[in-house]
Amino acid sequence: MHPTDFTLRGAIEALNEGLVTSVELTEAHLRAIEALNPRINAFTTVTGEQALAQARASDARRKEGIAGPLEGVPLAIKDLFCTAGVRTTAGSRILGNFIPPYESTVSANLLRDGAVFLGKVNMDEFAMGSSNTTSAFGPVENPWSRANDPDTRLVPGGSSGGSAAAVAARLALGATATDTGGSIRQPAAFCGIAGIKPTYGRCSRYGIVAFASSLDQAGPVARTVEDCAILLRSMAGFDPKDSTSADVPVPDFAAACARGVKGLRIGVPQEYRLDGMAPEIEALWQQGLDWLRAEGAETVEISLPHTKYALPTYYIVAPAEASSNLARYDGVRFGLRVAEKGSDLKDLYERTRAAGFGAEVRRRIMIGTYVLSAGYYDAYYLKAQKVRTLIKRDFDAAFAGVDAIVTPATPSAAFGMDEKQDDPVTMYLNDVFTVPANLAGLPGLAVPAGLDGQGLPLGLQVIGRAFDEETVFAVGTAIEKAAGFDALPRLRAGAV
Amino acid sequence: MSLDTATIRRIASLARIRLEDEEVGRMQAELNGILGWIEQLQAVDTEGVEPMAGGGAVALRMREDVVTDGGIPDQVLANAPDRQGEYFGVPKVVE
Repeated sequence: MHPTDFTLRGAIEALNEGLVTSVELTEAHLRAIEALNPRINAFTTVTGEQALAQARASDARRKEGIAGPLEGVPLAIKDLFCTAGVRTTAGSRILGNFIPPYESTVSANLLRDGAVFLGKVNMDEFAMGSSNTTSAFGPVENPWSRANDPDTRLVPGGSSGGSAAAVAARLALGATATDTGGSIRQPAAFCGIAGIKPTYGRCSRYGIVAFASSLDQAGPVARTVEDCAILLRSMAGFDPKDSTSADVPVPDFAAACARGVKGLRIGVPQEYRLDGMAPEIEALWQQGLDWLRAEGAETVEISLPHTKYALPTYYIVAPAEASSNLARYDGVRFGLRVAEKGSDLKDLYERTRAAGFGAEVRRRIMIGTYVLSAGYYDAYYLKAQKVRTLIKRDFDAAFAGVDAIVTPATPSAAFGMDEKQDDPVTMYLNDVFTVPANLAGLPGLAVPAGLDGQGLPLGLQVIGRAFDEETVFAVGTAIEKAAGFDALPRLRAGAV
Repeated sequence: MSLDTATIRRIASLARIRLEDEEVGRMQAELNGILGWIEQLQAVDTEGVEPMAGGGAVALRMREDVVTDGGIPDQVLANAPDRQGEYFGVPKVVE
């Protein structure tokens, strides 16, 4: 077996049995990155020497009988997580040369458990996007392509496009990602892999470059649901350095994968049946519900009446928080500075931010500034916060009668790199199924469930109660098993 | 409601983002497109509904009011575009 073809769990078992070393695994992935990254552009920074040093140290620990839960496993880290001594860009020119002196809590937890970091992966600038085309470091190519149109380069989704593409193309066994409105689940679905946005507060936000602080959550992407569960257990946990970190125990998520769905009540929200939705997505959704019923679950029609207001609510709340969070990029303390001779401080700020931020980030800061400005705060921001309460209440009411909710993950399969770029609102509609879980703070998992007519992966989404990722993993695993998804992308290690 | 060019310039100034004259029209069209779409929220009855400010159900906790960090000026200043001794360098602000 080629070392890049292991699942994460398979790699851990092979390492435990001495069938492979961390150095061998790491070298195989670094070679794959060297071969494929010039085309896919998933990695913005490859830390090859550091990765090999970590792998050697891991192999040495293992020899001494010390092995963490992720001992020797090569991973990719989204370039939104601060990594001590390694450039962290958030996909932006304004942070292009930023070298954090500290480690994010999530990445520190992975290192504590023995992981090896291959490098930093590409993303939409400041995690704002659904196509990975807003990165200052160039777009990422989806390793999948249409069967009847293989030359059209497709987007991997976003914002965690580099994470999803790297894992799908077998350039890493798993990756960290973040999700503010769908940025884990949508790229996972577009790239035919699994990804979970856990409950708000489950993973510490400390050291993750902030976008919208009441929505941002870190989570893993990997090629199986169980691999996501293994990674999440390491990433999660209470952290006093994040005031919104939840002080709750971290269960053995992987054990929950095998629970089965017998007797579970699965909610099917009628408002997620969109006019004009692709028939194959509707069909896949029904197929997923059939699979769950065959495993002993009961499906129940539910109503989440404020669903249609989730996206416009999000596009007030997220830009408002972003405009505040991104005020720190002032050309003074870190990052880019642009000034003319004779610039005063305001001119320095304005030139630095105009040159440092890309078009989508500037747009969202402008929207956020406007909806928070005097005279408009109540009409926009306060209104959105109230609608957010109603959206959360919809879920509270639904979860009184069901254990999990199953929906499509995205309204379409991956699209071409030059599509949907003309109108911001068209791009925003990608997140129609994922945004509500962020607004309500609930866990959401994307699991690959089938292919569309052009051979592109489609995913289903499982939404759970707050801090009940275990049920989400159980339902996701049941769908994964029934789907038997074994299709492979054209671009992948060992195939070209 | 539609934003005029003067409002676009005012927002850009509040956001401290330099906007060139030729960029104003495009930004105006894009923001008006987004705000027009957002306008549908006005149809929702939110009478008596509490605004949801945070992302989680857990109440924020208190901590001891003590210093937990500090004494690391070199780390703090390591990424500064202009460092002068133990200070960030900025253009002259007082004549």
